[in-house]
Amino acid sequence: MFAPDIILAAVLNGLMTGSVYALIALGLTLVYGVLHIINFAHGATLTAAMFAVYVAHTVFRLDPYLALVIVTPLFFGLGYGLQRFVIGPASHGEDRNILLVTLGLSILIENAMLAMFRSDTRSIDVPYAFSSIDLGFTFLALPRVLAFGVALLVALLLGLLLTRTDTGKAIRAVAKEKTGAALAGIDVAHIYAVTFGLGAACVAIAACLLMPTFYVTPRAGNAFVLVAFTIVVLGGMGSIPGALIGALFIGVVESLCGLFFGESLGQIGIFLIFILVLLVKPTGLFGARA
Amino acid sequence: MNATRAYLPAVALLLLAGLIPVLVAANTVLNFIVFTLIIALAAQGWNLLGGFGGQFSFGHAAFFGTGAYATAILQARYGVNAWAGFAIGIALSAAVGWMIGYLSFRSGLRGSYFALVTLAFAEVFRILANASAFTGGAAGTLVRLDMRPENFQFASRAVFVWIALALVGFVLIMTIAIGRARFGAWLAAVRENEDAARALGVDVLGVKLKAITLSAGVTGAAGALYVQYYLYLDANIAYGAWISVEALIAPIIGGIGTPLGPVIGAVTLHGLGELTKLFAGRIPGIDLVIYGALLVAAIAFAPDGIMGLLRKAQRRKDADKATDQNVTEGTL
Amino acid sequence: MILSVNTVTKRFGGLVAVDAASLSVAPGSITGLIGPNGAGKTTLFAVIAGFERASNGRVVFDGHDITAEPAHLRARRGIARTFQIVQPFAGLSVVENIAVGAYLRHAGRDAAQEKAREVADLVGLSAMLGQPASALTVSGRKRLELARALATQPTLLLLDEVLAGLNPSEIRDMIPVIRQIRDGGVTILMVEHVMQAVMSLCEDIHVLAQGRIIAQGTPGEVAENTAVIEAYLGHGAARRLHAAGAAHA
Repeated sequence: MFAPDIILAAVLNGLMTGSVYALIALGLTLVYGVLHIINFAHGATLTAAMFAVYVAHTVFRLDPYLALVIVTPLFFGLGYGLQRFVIGPASHGEDRNILLVTLGLSILIENAMLAMFRSDTRSIDVPYAFSSIDLGFTFLALPRVLAFGVALLVALLLGLLLTRTDTGKAIRAVAKEKTGAALAGIDVAHIYAVTFGLGAACVAIAACLLMPTFYVTPRAGNAFVLVAFTIVVLGGMGSIPGALIGALFIGVVESLCGLFFGESLGQIGIFLIFILVLLVKPTGLFGARA
Repeated sequence: MNATRAYLPAVALLLLAGLIPVLVAANTVLNFIVFTLIIALAAQGWNLLGGFGGQFSFGHAAFFGTGAYATAILQARYGVNAWAGFAIGIALSAAVGWMIGYLSFRSGLRGSYFALVTLAFAEVFRILANASAFTGGAAGTLVRLDMRPENFQFASRAVFVWIALALVGFVLIMTIAIGRARFGAWLAAVRENEDAARALGVDVLGVKLKAITLSAGVTGAAGALYVQYYLYLDANIAYGAWISVEALIAPIIGGIGTPLGPVIGAVTLHGLGELTKLFAGRIPGIDLVIYGALLVAAIAFAPDGIMGLLRKAQRRKDADKATDQNVTEGTL
Repeated sequence: MILSVNTVTKRFGGLVAVDAASLSVAPGSITGLIGPNGAGKTTLFAVIAGFERASNGRVVFDGHDITAEPAHLRARRGIARTFQIVQPFAGLSVVENIAVGAYLRHAGRDAAQEKAREVADLVGLSAMLGQPASALTVSGRKRLELARALATQPTLLLLDEVLAGLNPSEIRDMIPVIRQIRDGGVTILMVEHVMQAVMSLCEDIHVLAQGRIIAQGTPGEVAENTAVIEAYLGHGAARRLHAAGAAHA
């Protein structure tokens, strides 16, 4: 058995990983909640954002945390445009078409990255990569603590945006009843695109938080998004608190499984949870609507 | 449409394709044809469930990989005859299809949820195959090179072209027959409206299970054929997302829910892939960039794929003819 | 009795949609099920056809207890239904739509197509056989709904508002079709809001209000029934109507 402080350290590490998962899952669940469709291009968007941070750092010498200020609005715009001008018109309003169009986009983006950057693993060097906080029984990496804080802050801001602003209210109206919302004068196509933009922005922030300690390859986003799928299903598709709690939970589970069973089987644990939840209770463990 | 007219184009196409190895001897061309036919076969499997039954799987790799691994491991570990291994491989993938179908259809998974759960199953298999010693782990599994017909290995690539063609042809004819039979009508009914189908006496769960079992068996055959041709397999080939994607894109490009669609789609995709490589050189992933773009474009502009475009053109021709006739009748 | 519904209750959470309702349908009859909006008629239909499981009570068809049987097996036994909101197979042609129903009793393609054409003829769809179902008008879709159900060669046909949404002349065309189906040996149980059609077609009528059967009888008896009038027009309506009638006399 492991000493309690090792387990506690694993739990803390899991929570920090989980916070980044939360950002990615938030984007996914938000889009699902409004468009009722899974965005299969989410992973490729994350990869693209990670490469954007990478390029910003290597070419423009921009710190990843500073890059956040540029990359986030950039990806909001990209997400908006993608939904408004590509996914929306191409899918003729049919759900299963959206599914396939986002799959097509994910293949396109991922392989465009592969063509541009090749399959090498790339990372950036920042002076604070190995800074850490001493808790007495363990050390926490400073960038990961920072990621934890920013991720929670973003989740809070997103929640406020959805409940307190007119745009947020419009998004929730479209999510509940799009025909009614359209009759009330809400531009549904615009709201869809805004939602998509927000999803992409979440992923862009996640990319900025990941890059100081992680690496990027053309397939880097996929691993995260498969985990995010699990979280979203676990938390109830479309539920924002569900995604947050689910992400932290999965982060801890992964970290503990890694501790007890080794890395590669830790991943299996996540998928098994995923399949079980889908089969037994597809509405998610934390309630939420179907 | 009468029976002869339904089967004739398919049979003619097969016979024509069978002539290719007689006319062309270049290994690169034959390689290309075998690989394209393997993809076409996998795509035919997907089309049975996705095209005819409307259940979009994003994880047909689970079946491709099972067919491939079973065929390889039975030979390499247990010394089973290659042909028997091939047959068992198909049966095992069909069984895996039935199991995944039973679990997910019984829970009522549809649309995005079904796509996700199939994807997850394929990933679980990939991770397991990559980690387990039984499948050779990350190093993969080799089938011993021993070119004898009883080992399902042939010195001449032409023979492989014919075998692949025979398999694709068999499934093509089977698909046409299904489309004209009760099972096909029930499958279409389930795709279009499950409640209405149930009201008309269709056993929706049973029909879906039959479809996924058949679909998995066909895609499993593609996997088994793959391993007999290349004699090597690892988890990323067998259970990788690439084959799930190939199996899905080809029917959509070619014409979803049509018997010829997956074959035409596979030929078009890989033809284009080769052309791109010719022009763009060996940039990794460039062919897949085209595939992705084609998938989006097909859904946007040709939802019924190439077959749909052909049908539309045909109908326009017929309509023109009909107007001409009306005009003549009118003047008389 | 070809169909007996014995004290069937259907609850959705706390809501009781059908409350201990009983009714029976005589073979060869056209039986009506009427009632105000929200009375639970469609839910009761769903329970009879096997689309909803009864919370309590029994459904007996042709001497067999079918309460727990799934819908497709009930269809095999000879119960066919139409949907209030038409459910065409939009991507299929008219004849393919009907053939799906015909395949229940005819395994072969030719026989099923033959049956489909025959039924299309009966409901007046023979001119549209090759058209996609999505191209049909409202009245065409109602006919298609009817044709598909008929193609399963049922002994009991459940019609859920097949006349709703039709204009008066289309209704006039439809009524003889329904009568003809019955004359062909099919027992009919129909939910209908178009009263003039119910009164002219049905021999026996059950009235459902707030989930309960409140009256049963011939069209004449039901029309005179105080409880029925009150259920439709509100409490005290029957008394006021009678008073008005007396004043005119």
